[in-house]
Amino acid sequence: MSTFIELDRISKHYGDNVVLENLSNKVTEGEFVTLVGASGCGKSTFLKLLLGTERVSSGQLLLDGQPIAEEPGPERGIVFQKYSVFPHLNVRENVALGLEFEQSASLGRLFGSERKQALEQADEWLEAVGLTQSLNQYPHELSGGMQQRLALAQALIKKPKVLLLDEPFGALDPGIRKDMHELVLGLWQKYHLTVFMVTHDLREGFHLGTRLWVFDKVRHDPHAANRFGSTITFDLPLVSKDAPLNPDDLDAISNQLSAAAAV
Amino acid sequence: MKKLINFQPSRALKTALGIIPFLLVLLVYQVGSDIRKAENEQDKLLPSFAEIAAAIDRMAFEPSRRTGEYLFWKDTKSSVVRLAKGISIAAAIGLIVGLMAGSIPIIAAPLNPLITAISLIPPLAILPVLFIVFGLGELSKVMLIVIGVSPFLVRDILQRTQELPREQLVKAQTLGGNSWQIILRVILPQILPRLIDAVRLSLGAAWLFLIAAEAIASTDGLGYRIFLVRRYMSMDVILPYVVWITFLAFATDLCLLKLSRIVFPWYHADK
Repeated sequence: MSTFIELDRISKHYGDNVVLENLSNKVTEGEFVTLVGASGCGKSTFLKLLLGTERVSSGQLLLDGQPIAEEPGPERGIVFQKYSVFPHLNVRENVALGLEFEQSASLGRLFGSERKQALEQADEWLEAVGLTQSLNQYPHELSGGMQQRLALAQALIKKPKVLLLDEPFGALDPGIRKDMHELVLGLWQKYHLTVFMVTHDLREGFHLGTRLWVFDKVRHDPHAANRFGSTITFDLPLVSKDAPLNPDDLDAISNQLSAAAAV
Repeated sequence: MKKLINFQPSRALKTALGIIPFLLVLLVYQVGSDIRKAENEQDKLLPSFAEIAAAIDRMAFEPSRRTGEYLFWKDTKSSVVRLAKGISIAAAIGLIVGLMAGSIPIIAAPLNPLITAISLIPPLAILPVLFIVFGLGELSKVMLIVIGVSPFLVRDILQRTQELPREQLVKAQTLGGNSWQIILRVILPQILPRLIDAVRLSLGAAWLFLIAAEAIASTDGLGYRIFLVRRYMSMDVILPYVVWITFLAFATDLCLLKLSRIVFPWYHADK
């Protein structure tokens, strides 16, 4: 498969504070990359580079051979941990909004039969994420898990080239989180999505990804913690979803993460 | 026995406790009035409830001997119309300027310092300027309310707009929205209930400016009447007028809250 997303010696720093340095990697279409690392390791910053809310300080981030746009756009979908859905729109309207933006340039709002069509299309995606029961409810009436399902449907209706997930299940109960894992895996397989997911849960990363990237610093300056940035220290291919975790890998990464947290 | 900080009064008890202070105030007034009347039958400072009732009857339910108008209702109408005009214009300015500046950084940059400076001008200090520029008619009274209230509304709406979660704006962009569409479909609908909140908070100030303008140059209005009858020490008219103004302010506030709850139920969900 050809390269879909390419990281070419990417660095990101804010003034003297180096967050990421020298990231180089390639991702092909359809991969599910999970990003893990200690707090402050730069995994979320990397996701922001992909999203377009931050720009690289040096190097190149290519999507389909083109430098990635420096502001968010419809080719990259996002689900945040929270605030991903619009509180003033009901479930169907939340999902249909993406179509309304596309089809009504001046008002961003559809009327009559066009609106009906958009809502029907929204219903299909809501069925895919299992929200058929709550079509006319408002987000505040939904549980945390249902809100995240809604955020997924919202993103998917735009058929993004890349789906970005920023700790999407971090605030959910363990039981619900498990359901969401199955849902995301199902959607990923069914719609051949390319997914980047930030998580602080190593097991979640192992379970969901086809690749696991660990972000960590390789160099430390004891006098200036921010002198050196993180890079990708592990790039584990996770070939089979059904194979049990390799305990050595898990241990090695766990050790590294706890060591990083201790520094 | 529960600790005091854990003791929640029941609904009935709460209502009763809420009414008691009002009854106490009335009682204290009655006693005070009686004491003064006992000393001097002609005392005007604390008129009896009977005198107040007579004054209300005279102002509200008998045509004025001079003009044939029902002064109380005429005053009410004039004041409410001025207030409504002033508040509406101020709210429109607050919404449009605040929303645009809050959503578009390049608009906020030149406006922000200016609005801060304007909001620091005491509106009453420029009341003479308004009278000179706009004359002594209705316009200058409405303008005083607008000038007094809109800087607050602009600043409040600007801040509320900037407080919307950044994630929502990013999300809207990933759904393909351009700036205009996002302002129209994501920001504006969420700002409207916050505008109602801001207007509710500014009502007190609006009344203050209205009464000040009416006191200085007017021929009718609730504020005008209070300051007119002050010359005759007519506390029997002033007191019911003050209560009436208070009631109008309370009713407006309540109506706005109810309206907001009906039109924007999602906004009041987690409060």
